[in-house]
Amino acid sequence: MEIKTASKLEKVLKNGHMAVSSECGPPRSSDARGIIDKGHLLKNHVDCINITDNQTSVTRLCSLAACIHLKNEGLEPVLQMVVRDRNRIALQSDILGAASFGINNMLCLSGDHQSFGDHPSSQNVFDLDSMQLIQTARYMRDEGKFLGGDDIKKPPNMFIGAAANPFADPFKIRVPRLAKKIAAGAEFIQTQCVYNLEKFEKWMEGVVERGLHEQVFIMAGITPMRSVGMAKYMARAVPGMDVPKELIDRLSGVPKDKQAEEGITIAVEAIERLKQVKGVAGFHIMAIEWEEKVPEIVERAGLYPRPVVE
Amino acid sequence: MIVGEQKPFDEIWGMVKDHKQITVFGCNTCVSVCHQGGNKEAEILASLLRMRATQEGLDIRIENNGIERQCEHPFFEKVEDTLQASESVLSLACGIGVQFIAAKYPSLPVYPALNTTFLGDVPSDGFFAEKCQACGDCVLGITGGICPVSRCCKRIFNGPCGGSTNGKCEISKDIDCAWQLVVDRLEALGKLDDYEKITPIKDWSKDRAGGPRSFKLEDF
Repeated sequence: MEIKTASKLEKVLKNGHMAVSSECGPPRSSDARGIIDKGHLLKNHVDCINITDNQTSVTRLCSLAACIHLKNEGLEPVLQMVVRDRNRIALQSDILGAASFGINNMLCLSGDHQSFGDHPSSQNVFDLDSMQLIQTARYMRDEGKFLGGDDIKKPPNMFIGAAANPFADPFKIRVPRLAKKIAAGAEFIQTQCVYNLEKFEKWMEGVVERGLHEQVFIMAGITPMRSVGMAKYMARAVPGMDVPKELIDRLSGVPKDKQAEEGITIAVEAIERLKQVKGVAGFHIMAIEWEEKVPEIVERAGLYPRPVVE
Repeated sequence: MIVGEQKPFDEIWGMVKDHKQITVFGCNTCVSVCHQGGNKEAEILASLLRMRATQEGLDIRIENNGIERQCEHPFFEKVEDTLQASESVLSLACGIGVQFIAAKYPSLPVYPALNTTFLGDVPSDGFFAEKCQACGDCVLGITGGICPVSRCCKRIFNGPCGGSTNGKCEISKDIDCAWQLVVDRLEALGKLDDYEKITPIKDWSKDRAGGPRSFKLEDF
């Protein structure tokens, strides 16, 4: 497969390896030490690290700056960009800025509604939607033009991803929606956290039936549960999250001090099972404020050592 | 139609209490349908203000009046003298009516009694729901007659987002997911295949973003 960018993730995927990515949230502070430390916890066990963009609409150190900090440490960041807070001028400007620092990957997202965050009275932008942000990034890269039509002297050369949530409704358009993101130009997909494995497999069947897995790299989202409380919270309060009752029961059946360990085991088992699913090209491990556990998960799931790519 | 809601009484009182005379002025079209700004509501609000003035021992002459529409000159003819003689007007119209009075009577203070909330319909008795944001470039023809600009909280043109659950929006179980409605409607129309057409990036210059909008009939 033709390698189009300098992205390590692209090389890993196109060389046929199961890719592994992880994710870090920047601090609510001007001190970047936290994100740099998190990056170092992960660096030997993942191919790239997503940096979230004011996730859950809570104001944080910006994704772009955090990506630059990781890049300066020799790590491979994935710039998450939500369309909630910036119009097409700012989004294109930030894409150029990121490319100028050698950031090779971006993930196009809508973003959680601001009512969930620390500034519920703020305005939202949504000049573009996530689908159109994918189109924009591809247009800038492949056509070398701004949306307005002017030429970009040195176009940004990034590997462009999108999210997919097989568990959101209506289920019947979840495969067509992926097809739409591919048509828009998505090259890799990171999914919502997979807990309901049957439903994910059913979605993947539809994906494979249409041959979509041959047009995009699908990385299954994995988030280990730290406790039964977390599982119940995610089931109840996180939009678009499907946490089956059996998982909650399994964690409930374990003493409190062993629940975190059980959560890791569940995550490892999920990876083992999903590795066998046709069309799964890798895993996106989101250990929320629990980054130190990612190496253990990667090792126990047989995804270590990470491949070395040119 | 335009839907409004009366401001909290204390806020209204705070705006007008320093005047010696107030004309409480209803607008008997859009905002009367939602029982917030019609001539009847003007009468009630005037009574409440008189009671408040009495309670606070203030000598304010509070009168009520109203017309069919506060956004067109001809309707003002019958109240011309009343408004000319007023010291202040508390308008129960939408923001359009308030501004129309401000422009028509340059030296007359005018205050809004309503918050203009949205352009909506009456899906059931006593219930009003937003349906349009006047974005200036209607897409209802490709979304099965459901507006993503006014009814999706992220105004997504290629939805639904990942937060759609059981037909409801991620921000509230009381809000229908507009894109669930779009998908259902496309299916009912036998046009579900159209779902995969990507809606192009919108020209927001026809929206508020392009500055205040107007148009002129050439023949007038």
